Amino acid sequence: MTEDLLVKIKENVIQGRKTKDDMGIDESLSGTPGVLELTESAISDSVSPDSIIIEALTPGMEIVGEKYSKKEYFIPDMLASADAVGAAMDVLKPLLEKSNVETKGKFVIATVKGDIHDIGKNIVAILLKGAGYQVIDIGTDASEDKIVDVIRQENPEYLGLSALLTTTMKEMDTIIKALKENKLRDKVKVLIGGAAVSDEYAREIGADAFCADGFEAIKVLEKCQAA
Amino acid sequence: MPREGILIEKPLERLSCEQVQQIHDASIEILNNLGLLCFNKNAAKIYQGSGAAVSKVSGSNIPCWHIKIPEKLVTAALDSAPCTVTLGARNPDNALVMRGDEPRVYFITGSETNTWLDVDFPTYVSKADPKKEIKIPEFKPRRGTVADLCDSAHVCEHLETVDGYIRTVNIQDKDINEDNKDVNKYFACLNNTTKHVMSGLTNLKQLDDVVKMAEIIAGGRDNLKNNPLISFITCLVKSPLQFVDDTTETFMEVCKRGLPIVVSSSPQAGTSAPIKEAGILAQINAEVLAGITLGQLVNKGTPVLYGTVPVRARMDTLGDSYGSVETSQYNIDCAQMARFYSLPNYSTSGVCDVKIPGQQSSIERLFSDILVTLSGPQFLHCAFGLLDCNSVFCLLQAVLDNAHFKMIKFFLKSPGINEQELETVKKQIRDVVATPQKMFINYIRPVMRTGEISPPYPFEGEGDSDSVFALANGHLQELLAKPVEHIDRATTAKIYREIPGLLPRLNVYKGG
Repeated sequence: MTEDLLVKIKENVIQGRKTKDDMGIDESLSGTPGVLELTESAISDSVSPDSIIIEALTPGMEIVGEKYSKKEYFIPDMLASADAVGAAMDVLKPLLEKSNVETKGKFVIATVKGDIHDIGKNIVAILLKGAGYQVIDIGTDASEDKIVDVIRQENPEYLGLSALLTTTMKEMDTIIKALKENKLRDKVKVLIGGAAVSDEYAREIGADAFCADGFEAIKVLEKCQAA
Repeated sequence: MPREGILIEKPLERLSCEQVQQIHDASIEILNNLGLLCFNKNAAKIYQGSGAAVSKVSGSNIPCWHIKIPEKLVTAALDSAPCTVTLGARNPDNALVMRGDEPRVYFITGSETNTWLDVDFPTYVSKADPKKEIKIPEFKPRRGTVADLCDSAHVCEHLETVDGYIRTVNIQDKDINEDNKDVNKYFACLNNTTKHVMSGLTNLKQLDDVVKMAEIIAGGRDNLKNNPLISFITCLVKSPLQFVDDTTETFMEVCKRGLPIVVSSSPQAGTSAPIKEAGILAQINAEVLAGITLGQLVNKGTPVLYGTVPVRARMDTLGDSYGSVETSQYNIDCAQMARFYSLPNYSTSGVCDVKIPGQQSSIERLFSDILVTLSGPQFLHCAFGLLDCNSVFCLLQAVLDNAHFKMIKFFLKSPGINEQELETVKKQIRDVVATPQKMFINYIRPVMRTGEISPPYPFEGEGDSDSVFALANGHLQELLAKPVEHIDRATTAKIYREIPGLLPRLNVYKGG
């Protein structure tokens, strides 16, 4: 029964079905419970959160990643799967905390002051959540004061900053300086992204990395974890 | 079920109704008052017997007649020429049904080129950095062969947007001569594609063998009539206003057999036709109407296509300039004239002036491909793979063209806007606006694999590199490796028994 549930969760991750109302890649699972309902059932059946993550959610996402690499899947498929995993992680979070299981880390993400473009930022947030990170999304037009407050309060391992406009990218520099002034810079790794910025700009302002997209962000984080 | 082609719901038209009528009137006046020179005795006789004013031209070295065609003959011909022409196919699902009053476009290859362009990808090493290597396509021209023609038909069988096949390369093997060229040309095409096959004839003596071959494949004379899997193209009129002896004879013989035929004229604005749009239109229309009239006099009801290949002259060489903007204008106008007569139009696009695939080729061919398609000619000879006007054929270019036509076909889909659709999307907008992320991504997936979203350009490279040619060549090799449905063994054996002159190496069932 447990094994059956875990197989179903994995299948639904691959299909990108969060709930029973969602469509998948094909119609084979139409109307059946999605990742969220199946995860709740698994918890009711006392399946351990570790098993759900290690035997269903993670391998499911790995297959999705492989399919994306082979161009069988596109970004919307990847996001649907990541969103489903993110929803399952929300349900599992209290149990993980109770059992002292460590998550991959806390990631604060924001679009900087003066910029309201958030498509890229949202996509990165969904992908990171699906990859097992706890994501705190501050939203758009976030000032350095607001970001410093959240960093102080949440004590995250990572901060992601996004800017689309050449006129707002300089805010990233301001934020990094504010982190330094508040003695927070050494406590958080800063990743930047968005159409306006580059690897060169990341070095210039003293950010830890530039990420072209969400997939690169995951790779950078994996490297940080391994280090 | 025949092939669908693409229906142009609102065809692009440059001429007003009044201008169409003016062109028609001018053409009628040209035919009636100025007339044509005819170098074919039988055609002159037929015209004379039908009430045209025919007089022998004195002082000409070659026998020649002056023919003035009265309007009533043209009108009668336009009445008897079928509005609908069906071009059959070895696979009946590949048949093309062309209605003169319906702007449904079919994309077809052609014309016949002498030169075949091979492509290779040699590696070049940077002088500044010997570790840096790049592969650059190198194009090598050579004379076309029957094996090339087989490969071309084979690949075009697998190119989704190719609706029919005109032989793309002139077969110039040592064992090909005037007496066996046509049978081998048609057999090479028919054996490697199940789509419609059109060609010109090199030697009228081979017409009956070609028709007999088609009858054997179709399963008899009546079956060929119902499913005419071959058709012919003849340039019986040489501009300005001259019936050529041999092609006129070929044209009349094909008409007698009742098989579909294109009456084609290809004047060059500036040399063999006036440079001004009004002039080339009035003349090409007169030339095609003269040919159609002859065809209907020979055999009333012969299925004909109103064939127009107008082109502007280059100012530097006075050669053809298919890449010129005016060439597209003329073709668009001709599609409108054919529609005025309710006759299917054989039109041209995609021919470029440049000799090798590249940026100029893409710009020139895509410009005319889009615009001429929009004008709604039924039979669009859209020059898959053709370069250097009509001189060079390159399979790699044909593969690239297929990608262009996929985009054009997608663009021409009807907009799916109706009350039900609007209700659905209004709900989507309401639902998404209420979410924190305000993104519609979840709604992409239901349409992502249904063909409702245009696919990415298939030959897009990774990163900053332009890998179009290399990727297209990879796809070409895949297509060449895919099998095609050849004519079956028994039918092939019958063809080889009954049709003389076929090259043994074209028989895929060697040894029996």
